[in-house]
Amino acid sequence: MTGAADSTVNTLDVTMAVMVGGLFAVGFYLMLQRSLMRIVLGFVLLGHGTNLLLLVAGGTPGRPPMVKGGTADPAALADPLPQAMALTSIVITFGLTTFLAALAYRSWRLTGHDEVRDDVEDRRIGTARERAGADTETAAGKGDGDDTAGAER
Amino acid sequence: MTGFLLAVPVLLPALGAGVVLLRLPRPAARGVSTLVLAAVAADAAALLVLADTRGPQALHVGGWPAPLGVPLVADRLSALLLTVSALVALAVLVFAIGQGTAEERRRSAEVFHPAYLLLVTGVSLAFLTGDLFNLFVAFEVMLAASYVLITLNAGESRTRSGMTYTVVSMTSSLLFLTLVALVYAATGTVNLAQLGPRLAELPDGLRGALALLLLVVLGIKTAIVPLHFWLPDSYPTAPAPITAVFAALLTKVGVYALLRTQTLLFPRTGVWTLLACVAIAAMVVGILGAVAQDDLNRLLSFTLVSHIGYMLFGLALFDTRGLTGTVLYVVHHIVVQAALFLAAALVVRRTGTAALHRMAERPPPGALLVVLFSLPALSLAGVPPFSGFVAKLALLRAGVAEAGPAAYALTAAALLTSLLTLYAMTRVVTSAFMARPARSARGEAPGPPEPPSPAEAARPSARVRGGPPGSRLMIGAAVAMTATGLAVAACAGPLARLGDRAAHDLLDPRQYRSVVLHEEDR
Repeated sequence: MTGAADSTVNTLDVTMAVMVGGLFAVGFYLMLQRSLMRIVLGFVLLGHGTNLLLLVAGGTPGRPPMVKGGTADPAALADPLPQAMALTSIVITFGLTTFLAALAYRSWRLTGHDEVRDDVEDRRIGTARERAGADTETAAGKGDGDDTAGAER
Repeated sequence: MTGFLLAVPVLLPALGAGVVLLRLPRPAARGVSTLVLAAVAADAAALLVLADTRGPQALHVGGWPAPLGVPLVADRLSALLLTVSALVALAVLVFAIGQGTAEERRRSAEVFHPAYLLLVTGVSLAFLTGDLFNLFVAFEVMLAASYVLITLNAGESRTRSGMTYTVVSMTSSLLFLTLVALVYAATGTVNLAQLGPRLAELPDGLRGALALLLLVVLGIKTAIVPLHFWLPDSYPTAPAPITAVFAALLTKVGVYALLRTQTLLFPRTGVWTLLACVAIAAMVVGILGAVAQDDLNRLLSFTLVSHIGYMLFGLALFDTRGLTGTVLYVVHHIVVQAALFLAAALVVRRTGTAALHRMAERPPPGALLVVLFSLPALSLAGVPPFSGFVAKLALLRAGVAEAGPAAYALTAAALLTSLLTLYAMTRVVTSAFMARPARSARGEAPGPPEPPSPAEAARPSARVRGGPPGSRLMIGAAVAMTATGLAVAACAGPLARLGDRAAHDLLDPRQYRSVVLHEEDR
């Protein structure tokens, strides 16, 4: 992330990098599952990973960036901008997680399970093509576009 | 004064949403929303005139100077798109009010107006912001409102597709946030005007990785082809006016963000081969998907995916002519796509089905609907007198003038896609509006072959005119959208010159930078 020439890698950087990487990996793994609850949890973890990354982007830790009278060495202070951004994004991810959880709950109420299912229209096109193929013995030789329907299923 | 003009498109809809949330009676809520959007449209038009005559306008929000604070910037491109978007949003709102009157849905209306106004807030902020993190926030405002709108009255299918849409959009948002963090770590700023020179100092590999991540992030939001799968699944299930506004605005905001960031942050010379390949894939894959569809709304969604490719065409060329074409195409497509979806909603209402093979069996809708659907459909396909032709002509001329293998490939793909679009639209028109004899391309059981008598065919349109007051509003909104499409074609000359100036601004952002970074007085 930072140029290796001018900055020394300290332990905190490595710990945070591993944390962020781990959260991303687990988050994406969970989002690839079929269960809606796991997708929601994956989103939460991914959000945490991103917020941590924003914090790390501020560079090395420092004193609180508040100066009361007189001047302070800017290099000794922490960078406040990524913290503000992380705060904003925490609020946003929190709100969206609530919405996602509500949606998953609604889906469970309506269907009785929390599996993500295949697209209805895709399935309908597939079955329509199959039916069309089955009952057109008379119109043989008109197999228009059947391969795509097969690929979708 | 300019600062005031710049703040209005963002602040007014947000305040309006707050007011409408106070459980106003329905007529009051409708009045507030309509007035707010009309004011935003007027304000955006004023901004466009200002930006065109006096150059980019900037507002440093909260009085913080540029690299620290968040600037709102209106240059020709953003003001133009803001104006068109506000007009479309207004027309769709009128349509939605008409539909609400006609169908008497009480509970969804309470949520609809605030969410819709917040959507407009997000769109305006995305067009005006001059800050990468603020662009993320704008997308979030817009998308959060769209999550609510797409799951209004959520039944089973709407919950399922809403879930897909929400999860995909949220993932792309988190990737966007990752990009912001990486960009900040690498350069120490998120101000778009300041980022360009700073990114240029980075090593090529890092710069390329950031550009690619940005392309992927905005590619998901814009539904660029390998990342488009979510769009045709989710858009058609939403209520009709919401599908129209999503199709018209949301993807175009992504295209705008792509234009803005790629020209400002990662300027290049010569054709961008990767984007050219993506554009060709988008055009061809999208339109083949459209040809295969039987559902009217899904078909239109696939044409949307396909025509995103045209907007990438100009950006891939990365010269003035190409970008002019892209600007014209975005303007044309916002209007025409909204008109098409509104007309399709009316057709579906009249015939009672969205499936093309069933439409063929029903009595065709009235002559007015035929006109309302056919004009934007022909425009989308790029038939000469309409706006699509103007925009496509600009793109094709840019492609031929560029004269490389990638440019010729793009031009060929664009021509092929135009033809296939015309075919797809003809299919819709024949099955929806013409009583067909008993033959079917799919070999399915055709409908009853007797064509309806002229009196029978005329009756639905009579019902339209004499129907409930709501349907008159809906027709009016659709007519207004179609008329705007014709106006875009009629004003092609001035619009093309404006697009040309906007493209010059994009390729030479020095003026933009100086306005954002140095101008202290507001």
